[in-house]
Amino acid sequence: MSTNGKPMEANKEEIVSENGEQTRSRRSFVPRTDIYESEEAIYLQADMPGVQPDSVEIMLEKNLLSIHGMVEPLAPEGYQLAYAEYEDGDFMRRFRISSQIDGDKIQAVLKEGVLQLVLPKTRPEQKKISVKAG
Amino acid sequence: MYRTIYTPSVLSEMERLQREMNRLFEGVVPRRLLSAPSYPAMNVWSNQEGALITAEVPGVQPEHIDISVVGETLTLTGERLAPEVGEDARYHRQERGYGKFSRSIELPFRVDADQVQATFNQGVLQIRLPRAEEDKPRKISVQVANA
Repeated sequence: MSTNGKPMEANKEEIVSENGEQTRSRRSFVPRTDIYESEEAIYLQADMPGVQPDSVEIMLEKNLLSIHGMVEPLAPEGYQLAYAEYEDGDFMRRFRISSQIDGDKIQAVLKEGVLQLVLPKTRPEQKKISVKAG
Repeated sequence: MYRTIYTPSVLSEMERLQREMNRLFEGVVPRRLLSAPSYPAMNVWSNQEGALITAEVPGVQPEHIDISVVGETLTLTGERLAPEVGEDARYHRQERGYGKFSRSIELPFRVDADQVQATFNQGVLQIRLPRAEEDKPRKISVQVANA
């Protein structure tokens, strides 16, 4: 599949307000996400640098998928921040999934700061209805 | 008339002073985020011994990151590979970029290139840049001259 060569962007998009403010005094960002679909599944890849695997929450409620990655702010001991181009913060995003997903078979992997989800589609059961001659 | 001209000039003088003061403190605590001139965005932490640079480079494999230090200049180059997707896949959203990147930054001191250390954890790169020994500030003790 050919893909367009989109360059990488240096700045993160901050979540300004989404259904009220967070209780944690921390910035939240929108993870840059790729979503593609095949016959069998929907694939999602979201950039969440700094998030550890045990700090990710993934929820599928009906057709609403929410992903949330919490980041422990980096504060190297004995150092002072002298110059800053980015801020640490959590990553949050919601997606409405149009296909029927088999919620029990969702796979999630976090690798190199990228959350990779595979959402297998449920196959509609095929039933052949025979027509009786009346 | 005199007053109306005089007052704003005092204000602007105070504003100027404020700006100068802010600039003085900028070296210690960043007042605001500066926008990164190119990918990736970097944060610089410093102390007497050197600097620690962090950068968010999600999806870049550590073996595709190259760090080089010459004198005071750090150059970070790398590549994020295009995702491998199946033939029948069709994109709903494509927001993550990929490709090569290269960025150089100049530090306010000479780096001891042999002692540079880099770690990579879940898309966050940390580079420790110790200051070269001959570049460190020296404490000069005053000797008492014996009469």
